[in-house]
Amino acid sequence: MEKVLSVVQLSKHYRDIIAVDGISFHVGHNEIVGLLGPNGAGKTTTINMILGVLQPTSGSIIIEGVNIQPHRSRALKNTNFQAVYAPLPGNLTVFENLHVFGLLYGVRNLRERIGALLKQFELEPFRNVKCGVLSSGEQTRLSLAKAMLNRPHLLLLDEPTASLDPAAAREIRAKILEFVAQDTGGVLWTSHNMYEVEEVCDRVLFLSHGRILLAGNPKTLAHEHGKKSLEELFISVAREPLALGAG
Amino acid sequence: MHFNRTAAIVLRQYYLIRGSLSRVLPLFVWVAVDMVLWGFITRYLNTMAPSGFDFIPMLLGAVLLWDFLVRVMQGVTIAFFEDVWSRNFLNIFATPLSIAEYLIGLVLSSIATSLVGLIVMLVLATTLFGLSFFSYGIVLVPFLLVLFLFGIALGIFSSAVVLRLGPASEWFIWPIPALISPFAGVFYPLATLPGWMIYISYLLPPSYVFEGLRTIISGGIVSVSTLLWGGCLAVFYILLACWFFARMHAHAVHTGLIARYSAETVS
Repeated sequence: MEKVLSVVQLSKHYRDIIAVDGISFHVGHNEIVGLLGPNGAGKTTTINMILGVLQPTSGSIIIEGVNIQPHRSRALKNTNFQAVYAPLPGNLTVFENLHVFGLLYGVRNLRERIGALLKQFELEPFRNVKCGVLSSGEQTRLSLAKAMLNRPHLLLLDEPTASLDPAAAREIRAKILEFVAQDTGGVLWTSHNMYEVEEVCDRVLFLSHGRILLAGNPKTLAHEHGKKSLEELFISVAREPLALGAG
Repeated sequence: MHFNRTAAIVLRQYYLIRGSLSRVLPLFVWVAVDMVLWGFITRYLNTMAPSGFDFIPMLLGAVLLWDFLVRVMQGVTIAFFEDVWSRNFLNIFATPLSIAEYLIGLVLSSIATSLVGLIVMLVLATTLFGLSFFSYGIVLVPFLLVLFLFGIALGIFSSAVVLRLGPASEWFIWPIPALISPFAGVFYPLATLPGWMIYISYLLPPSYVFEGLRTIISGGIVSVSTLLWGGCLAVFYILLACWFFARMHAHAVHTGLIARYSAETVS
């Protein structure tokens, strides 16, 4: 499988704290990779480094053959992200936000693209509504629409369904799966919902204390490690990382 | 350099301003108040002056030019603060936008917003108080240019300070013009100042403008080399401010502050 993202020996140290400790992995086209782990495991730090908003201490990040460190703008042209902690400015309307970010990502035929996304994410009634007054579900749909503006080859999703009810979360998962099926994008997805991960991810990486402890197919990984479910495996990783290979 | 990305920063500012009275009014209300206040003060001073000396071009003209510099600076900083206030750094700096494109976007926004203030000031000063800018001659153009360039430099420097120190450090930024004005000799000749202050004045481009303004009003000729020096100094400060902003951004990317900006510090 061709790689859309290659992370090689990536580390981030804050003085004497090691947030990410020499991790290597890749994401292929049309592949959804789950980045799992307890709070503080280094998932968001990894995503921030891939987005170019956090400088790695060492290692390299290559997006479609372009190293992000010397060629940040080129590497990020076909990348986008959605995170629950990065809502779009609430003082602009849905259309205005998509227009501004569409220009930032250099989207061609922008107005048609915005129209299509408003329809796809059922945001047409909110076109001229200020984003600050949208519900959590509507804001998540808008953030996803922004994330798909430039038809990214690499889509980073940091807990995209964290604040949603089960029905809304299912809708969002369906939209993301549709994106992966239709385009050639690869997705790096973090989530604490193991049922969701099992449903959508082709491969998962378990992160603990900044290291990748386990990697594999989410449908078989739990049984390979003597656990009944992915959730049980997650809890083991969070509580007893040493037993699973950390240190 | 991609024009689209720079245009996005300007467009964002346009969208914010067009839908918000609280953003439209400050573009011209405070400078209008300044013009009216100083207009009446100069009119009163004219009645007191025994020799029939006209204070309007000296005082009201100086206030207008100084307010223009402040508007230019605030045009840059407020466009930057919009990202601070809406906690937008992660979204905006995770795009392909480069620092140069971002800063040019802030500067273009400032040109548009400061022009509104300048036009309002010119209209009020000429129609209400009879200030004639033709009396300054063509030299008014380089005067405005030097002040514009220095205002841009101050705006970029101020934005860098807030990027480094966090949202609460906004407080440091607003008094900067007031701190500079005594050294710039806005209302009095530099010779009035003590020696150590004059040395600082020589480093400030506006001081060459206001000295030049007084020279013209008293019938003298402004030396081209003096104005050129003021302009060169202003360009130097812009380059310095851009370098400083790039350093502060690099620091924020190194420490992770961009992603956790509301925390103000990551240490």
